[in-house]
Amino acid sequence: MATTSPVLARLRGASRRYGDTVALDGFDLALHAGQVTSLLGANGAGKSTAVGLLLGLLKADAGTVDVLGHAPGSMAARLGTGAMLQSAGIPERLKVRELLDLVRSYAARPRSVADCVALAGLDGLLERRYGRLSGGQQRRVQFALAICGRPRLLCLDEPTTGLDIEARQALWRAIRELVADGSAVLLTTHYLEEAEALSDHVVVIDRGRRVAEGTVAQIRAHVAQRRIRCVTALEAAHVLHWPGVRDAVREGDALRIVADAAEPVVRRLLDADPQLHELEVQRAGLADAFLEITRNAGQEAA
Amino acid sequence: MMSTLAHAPSRSPWRSYLLEAKCEFMRMLREPAFGVPVIAFPAMFYLLFGVLLNKGSAGAAQYLLATYGAFGVIGAAMFGFGVTIATDREHGYLRLKRTLAVPPGALLLAKMAMAALFAVIISLLLDVLASILGGVVLAPRQWALLLAVNVLGVLPFAAIGLFFGSLVSGNTAPALLNVLYLPMAFLSGLWLPLSMLPEFLSRLAPIWPAYHLGQLALKVVGHDQGRPAWLHLLALAAVTVLFFVLAQRRLSAAE
Repeated sequence: MATTSPVLARLRGASRRYGDTVALDGFDLALHAGQVTSLLGANGAGKSTAVGLLLGLLKADAGTVDVLGHAPGSMAARLGTGAMLQSAGIPERLKVRELLDLVRSYAARPRSVADCVALAGLDGLLERRYGRLSGGQQRRVQFALAICGRPRLLCLDEPTTGLDIEARQALWRAIRELVADGSAVLLTTHYLEEAEALSDHVVVIDRGRRVAEGTVAQIRAHVAQRRIRCVTALEAAHVLHWPGVRDAVREGDALRIVADAAEPVVRRLLDADPQLHELEVQRAGLADAFLEITRNAGQEAA
Repeated sequence: MMSTLAHAPSRSPWRSYLLEAKCEFMRMLREPAFGVPVIAFPAMFYLLFGVLLNKGSAGAAQYLLATYGAFGVIGAAMFGFGVTIATDREHGYLRLKRTLAVPPGALLLAKMAMAALFAVIISLLLDVLASILGGVVLAPRQWALLLAVNVLGVLPFAAIGLFFGSLVSGNTAPALLNVLYLPMAFLSGLWLPLSMLPEFLSRLAPIWPAYHLGQLALKVVGHDQGRPAWLHLLALAAVTVLFFVLAQRRLSAAE
């Protein structure tokens, strides 16, 4: 269903080396209209290289890159693309309004200043100099500059680094609004909850290769594990020897267990300690899935 | 090319060029470490050497009007370009610009316009000081020519600034440029007439680009060494092309 929407940008078998280091190795990525695709990976996994190829900042050594039917970095591709880079280097002495007017002037159909202010949360900041804003406010200005040209493709390279929870959630709302209008969004992030909250599609990258791809649920299913937490007098070292238990750690009154399947372990816990209470069972999050996938990929490579 | 046009039917690149220039000018004007010395130093030096220490010599007042104009323009162009390009490159502004649909050459042209505007401000300030306090009297054609020399003088020194800005970081650029700027201005006869320098230094003066701009300005007020104008123009054009090409190569190899 979701994957039938048109592909707005695509990397096919893209490779890129820096000297002897392979940053991207036959990497495939398709960005669909009306979807947020999250690119997850550790530092140096190749996330920013993939973004650089899409934006035309880097050239691929092999493979093809297509952006809105044009060559990456061409004027036509740039007109339809918005980007938030990790470091923007925006001149500190310019006022937010001056920056917004300048970047809006590049666009064929710019968003109104009022819309940009509302979407990016720039209330009261227009007459302030960029260099006098807080880190979080600067990120919001960068976001406004990325979206002010109504891009059909939006590349956000770790957009919420340095933002507080409230600002982060405001940004997520704005991204959802853009996606609802049919834009394709590529998000690279360290924050797994961000990918979890926003993504229609997740691609896990490790050492320049795609190691997993799917919806958040599909990625999560890569790890069948469950997390169990309960208040009990049972010893962690004792529980650790039970079949199907991967890990058991004491945290104050509580015991935290990672198990392959919850039911047999929970049954045995209840039998072993009738006083047990505050039992919680959770599916592993994206964070666990991500660690598991990249660890497996690492073992195969080794 | 066709697709670019098809995507941008209503876009007016002129507005972008204009706003780009405005932004470059505003950021330099608000940068006290740039605006103050670049505008004030030529005027201060002129007041000191052309007015206060000048014992009523009309020739010296004219000579220094021409050379401090050149001195100011060279500073505005070299620092305006060199420092901002180094900073923009280092902090990622050039990268960001490469992702935006900036009209071709807009940033470079904007910096050029910014430096030219500073050249005009410096020239007019010196003109006022020279005519009111220095007692300099020139024909309208000479005032206009002097202004034209100063504005066009931006080009070669912008190119030099661009090249050094493509080599070093934003923090190093001012120091490096000063090491070049101040001795070059002195050895080119912009502070003192070349006749007051040791002979071997004054004979070496034509190797400095600043000498050629200084001579063009001095030719307007009739105090140059008598070499033909086309020679100076040729030297400045060669410097412009050479350093622009070198800078372009450095900047495109930066990725």
